[in-house]
Amino acid sequence: MALLVDKHRPRTLDNLSYHSDLSARLRALAQSGDFPHLLVYGPSGAGKKTRIVATLRELYGPGVEKIKIDSRVFQTTSNRKLEFNIVASVYHLEITPSDVGNYDRVVVQDLLKEVAQTQQVDLGAKQRFKVVVINEADHLTRDAQAALRRTMEKYSPNLRLILLANSTSNIIAPIRSRTLLVRVAAPSEDEICQVLKRVGEKEHFRDVEALNQKIAKDSGRNLRRALLMYEAVHAQNEVVTEKSLVPPPDWEALIAQIADEIIEEHTPARILQVRAKLYDLLTHCIPATTILKTLTWKLIPKIDDELKPDIIRWSAFYEHRIRLGTKVIFHLEAFVAKFMRVLESYLNGIELDFD
Amino acid sequence: MAPLLQSSQPWVEKYRPKQVKDVAHQDEVVRVLTNTLETTNCPHMLFYGPPGTGKTTTALAIAHQLFGPELYKSRVLELNASDDRGINVVRTKIKDFAAVAVGSSHRQGGYPCPPYKIIILDEADSMTEDAQNALRRTMETYSKVTRFFFICNYISRIIEPLASRCAKFRFKPLSEDIMSSRILHISKEEGLNLDVEALSALSSISQGDLRRAITYLQSAARLFGSSISSKDLISVSGVIPQEVVEKLLIACKSGNFDLANKEVNNIVAEGYPVSQMLSQILEVIVEADDISDEQKARICKKLAEADKCLIDGADEYLQLLDVASNMMRALCNMPQEFPYES
Repeated sequence: MALLVDKHRPRTLDNLSYHSDLSARLRALAQSGDFPHLLVYGPSGAGKKTRIVATLRELYGPGVEKIKIDSRVFQTTSNRKLEFNIVASVYHLEITPSDVGNYDRVVVQDLLKEVAQTQQVDLGAKQRFKVVVINEADHLTRDAQAALRRTMEKYSPNLRLILLANSTSNIIAPIRSRTLLVRVAAPSEDEICQVLKRVGEKEHFRDVEALNQKIAKDSGRNLRRALLMYEAVHAQNEVVTEKSLVPPPDWEALIAQIADEIIEEHTPARILQVRAKLYDLLTHCIPATTILKTLTWKLIPKIDDELKPDIIRWSAFYEHRIRLGTKVIFHLEAFVAKFMRVLESYLNGIELDFD
Repeated sequence: MAPLLQSSQPWVEKYRPKQVKDVAHQDEVVRVLTNTLETTNCPHMLFYGPPGTGKTTTALAIAHQLFGPELYKSRVLELNASDDRGINVVRTKIKDFAAVAVGSSHRQGGYPCPPYKIIILDEADSMTEDAQNALRRTMETYSKVTRFFFICNYISRIIEPLASRCAKFRFKPLSEDIMSSRILHISKEEGLNLDVEALSALSSISQGDLRRAITYLQSAARLFGSSISSKDLISVSGVIPQEVVEKLLIACKSGNFDLANKEVNNIVAEGYPVSQMLSQILEVIVEADDISDEQKARICKKLAEADKCLIDGADEYLQLLDVASNMMRALCNMPQEFPYES
């Protein structure tokens, strides 16, 4: 049985529920025959991918949904072989170049040129160009992005790019000036409620307005997460009521526990205890950034207003370190230790010099 | 390549100047190059400047005007970042092309056809230092038969020995008048209806980058039809509406952390890019009258740090929150850090 998220994913632009003006614009673009390069950005769970798939369907008809997975081998200049997976239909390709890490430039150069230099042979096709969807475009290296620049102009008759990103911060300016920027905002809580309600009707779930609102609030305006939570609640309880608990994921509960522990006691022994828990989280493949962010969220409501900016500052500082460094546990522990130190000195009112 | 439908061609390509004298606003370069067309002699060139000021256009135009369509393929080698330009390519492809001798000068079909070849290295700032070093001697050895045109955004990334072998030309960002006249020309050709307000909005959001202005114009035309208002242009450009920035500032001025936190959450959920947010905050802060110089300095320092962190790939939410909380402390004249600490 498919998850609710996939089962009720809208397939066409008409079925998309919120941001209807955006859908109308995408439709106008797809029908005009003059489709630009797109850069679609927005937080996760806002419906970027769903919109793109629907737009592609509008461009080419239902043929785009027949997809196959190709595995290709690329060779780098240093003769290393790279395995790379491509999701493709007759009309479009979907790639995630950040899969191959630093070698993404090779993939972008070779693959895009190959696509761009072959013309559409199917005379019945609606469009002359092929579309290449690039996932996680904000994780592309500088080199790969620079390689895109001229390709986008030179091969524009045969090739259109759709870049998907969480934010345009990491996209270099020359790319931004060559694409049409499309912002997909996260749905508001009301919009999430409406979606939950509609899905509930189709699945014949009991409709509990208050519960839906609670889920919408807890999901942090992430529709995918909201639907998963919704499904979990309905799977766990025979009869849902307003009071049915929305179970937080295990890892979130564990982080909440860590937060309590480090506020309670500020000793090296406690750091050692926390270390075991942090390792536990990391071995379960929770990204370090997520751990640090969630931990900060849990800590913030528990401390004095005066101290909050400091904690944010250190949290931002160590998150940056996580990106630069290689071993994440160091930085997570450093944050824990720093937090204890700051809190301790604040409570005792001692002036400490440590810089 | 099959002939294109006119409509599917980006306007940036459609209205790219074909002749050097049509390049707007870069008088010195144009003067030197028109001179080149007459005397058929030119030095190695280095074009640098911000994006969208006509560097690539100028280089392509002069190459076309010197050789004409017939000889262009055999005389001009155009390499950019989408081609592999490691040290191997410099040693083999570029050197081989540079070494080929060409016939003496005689005019063909109205084109000067000088007795040398041109190698255009676009986006040269993305070449590695080694590759640039490998070019040094090549440039001198074959200077009789080859001219190099380097194009880059940041001249600091070009190694000094290469830069000193070239005539350097800085491309200035376009002034508003030139930009407006160009935009008006295009909108007239395309049958668009643009009012004065939209025109000035377009000039200000594109910040001297003509390509960006034209892309925005075309995007807006696709989305909203032939009459375009300034609001339409702002919505396609990805600029954050001024109200959002103001709201964050007001929240920071209140000195209430939770209020600022809520605003930051909102901004991130709406999907506004944080780097764009930072640059717009900077604009507002620098121009504000009710903020003291010291406060401005504190805020700007933090903005710069956060920007660097974002480029390293740090989390957007935490960085923006950090900036916001720092701004809050600066605006409310709280000490930068908690006094008991460090």
